[in-house]
Amino acid sequence: MNNIETVYKKSEGLTDKYLTYCPGCTHGIIHKIVAEVLVELGILDHTIGIASVGCSVLNYDFFSCDMIQASHGRAPAVATGVKRVRPNNIVFTYQGDGDLASIGIAEAIHAAHRGENITIIFVNNAIYGMTGGQMAPTTLIGQKTTTSPNGRDEKTQGLPLRIAEMIATIPGATYVERVSVHNPQNVRKAKKAVMKAFTIQKENKGFTLIEFISTCPVNWGMTPKDAVDWAVDNMIPYYPLGVYKDKTVGEEK
Amino acid sequence: MSKVLMKGNEAMALAAIKGGCEAFYGYPITPQNELPEYLSKHMALNGKVFVQAESEIAAINMVYGAAGAGARVLTSSSSPGIALKQEGISYLAGSELPAVIINVMRGGPGLGGIQPSQSDYKQITKGGGNGDYYLYALAPETLQEAVNLIKEAFDIADYFRNPVIIAVDGLIGQMMEPVDLDQDIQSWDLKPKTWKADGNRKNRDKNIINSLYLDPYDLEDHNNHLKAKYDEMKEKHQRYELINMKDAEIVVIAYGSVSRIARSAIEILETKGIKCGILRPITLFPYPEKAFKELPKTVKNLLVVEMSTGQMVDDVKIADEFQHPIHFYGRTGGVIPEAQEIVDKVLEIVGGEKHE
Amino acid sequence: MAKGRIIIDTERCKGCNLCTFYCPVNILKLDETTTNSKGYTPLMTTDPDKCIACGFCAIMCPDSVITVEKFVKEAK
Repeated sequence: MNNIETVYKKSEGLTDKYLTYCPGCTHGIIHKIVAEVLVELGILDHTIGIASVGCSVLNYDFFSCDMIQASHGRAPAVATGVKRVRPNNIVFTYQGDGDLASIGIAEAIHAAHRGENITIIFVNNAIYGMTGGQMAPTTLIGQKTTTSPNGRDEKTQGLPLRIAEMIATIPGATYVERVSVHNPQNVRKAKKAVMKAFTIQKENKGFTLIEFISTCPVNWGMTPKDAVDWAVDNMIPYYPLGVYKDKTVGEEK
Repeated sequence: MSKVLMKGNEAMALAAIKGGCEAFYGYPITPQNELPEYLSKHMALNGKVFVQAESEIAAINMVYGAAGAGARVLTSSSSPGIALKQEGISYLAGSELPAVIINVMRGGPGLGGIQPSQSDYKQITKGGGNGDYYLYALAPETLQEAVNLIKEAFDIADYFRNPVIIAVDGLIGQMMEPVDLDQDIQSWDLKPKTWKADGNRKNRDKNIINSLYLDPYDLEDHNNHLKAKYDEMKEKHQRYELINMKDAEIVVIAYGSVSRIARSAIEILETKGIKCGILRPITLFPYPEKAFKELPKTVKNLLVVEMSTGQMVDDVKIADEFQHPIHFYGRTGGVIPEAQEIVDKVLEIVGGEKHE
Repeated sequence: MAKGRIIIDTERCKGCNLCTFYCPVNILKLDETTTNSKGYTPLMTTDPDKCIACGFCAIMCPDSVITVEKFVKEAK
């Protein structure tokens, strides 16, 4: 006789709502990682998530915890406001590259600078998805978007911003890692990184940011698998994966 | 209770603490800096939260977050900083969050000047942010009134689930007057904040704080729900003061510091045999239209006096419903009118029956 | 003999075809004979007996469409 053991099922950290992301968009994978970590750490029912503006604007409907929707770029400030009055709750933001690296760069830097005990989940897909494919601060040189139709030109549009590296230089940041979700092994590594970040928050050890290399099949004009391959071949060389800051190194386990 | 001599900004800060403020998020800007400075020391002493944010935009968003999590929260700024906060204020109103905002007005537009003004009237009363919303706007004239209204403002904000703005000018922020921080204030019937997203989900479904309603019919319903609050404000919560109305032939309409200057002006006018009253709005929104129904029949002219180029005149015209000729006198740019200037203008009106 | 099986929520599947590339035993494809109520071509298994319950497909699915179960022999 065979018994059945469930190896994988949908996380309780996600609601029943149908995800509004495009087919094959890696937002869905990243949502699962965050949701699973919140459940596994036993913190789901006292977490407050801060939704931002971009493709993920509706994720206040997708995570099972309390959610506050923030205006474009301001999620780290909203998170600061919440965490300061509710220090025993877990607070995270979930932001895309326009939200965090463009309009919200000051709020992200200053939350790190103040060492706010929050976790930022940063989804970098080198383009503005929700608004139809415009250039992002993280768009690569030569990458064509609707506002860089001839490819990003360094002379007039600057070089892409490396957020993980930049945030890591801020003394107040405790843990910064860049991860990817392009195959199951990397999804597992990414989950470990998110687990570490929320554990650091749980232990009141400061500011954490996990940057995800992510895809945008529709605006990149590719199939979901081709988009994942493109991210590996083009984004990862410019945005290398790895731990950029870890103040907890050397601490007793 | 005993009175203490305090600077306006500091008295307002202490009033917020007395009103149950749990968190302050703000940014330095002249002429209100003593307010965050006072709170940077005293919030910590009281076990409360103080954060100097990186900008006024960040500050209003911190307010939004803390309010969403159910806390009593304050921010303060001056005109250019309040301009920056408009999006956040719209989000507060749209998400039905309580918060208290103090605007210590200075000359504008743009960077303007650092001297007192009342030139944010239309920004405050007609809405500076996007969408169909209003702020409950209070305009105290003395530090005592400011203290009492700020203490009450946290209750008002909780009652309406809407931001409340305290509109003072730089004079009120900077002057020193004796204040009693422990006077009784009007009480409001407050319900528990079952809507707050404070992460404590053990006994309830999740809460979402949000102003996005993609379905237009849903958004229309939501806007009508908000409008019902503003209608209640207009119907039941106008505040004003009528001063020296007996047999008045002319009434000055002024608020804040200007109404205090007008009080001196009417004493001078009394010595000249001119009966001049003052209609002092205390709420700028809802505008105290009811006060105009109480004007004595002897009144022949209205004179609006403001530290602006006349932002309140339209509201006076609407409230007066063409009952009286309406005149205006103002100084702007940070210039403060003297009582004699108001006297001269009144004499010009009643003497020569000059119409605007 | 299958080591396990997957259960596919065909109504939630968006036919994105990401998972099919990660199956180590190559038994996943989109079922071109049908569409779900949203108009997507959902996933199917071509040869369920070969399933090793590795979970890779479920891990990569952005929409949590796949539940993976392993067959575990009862202890005697």
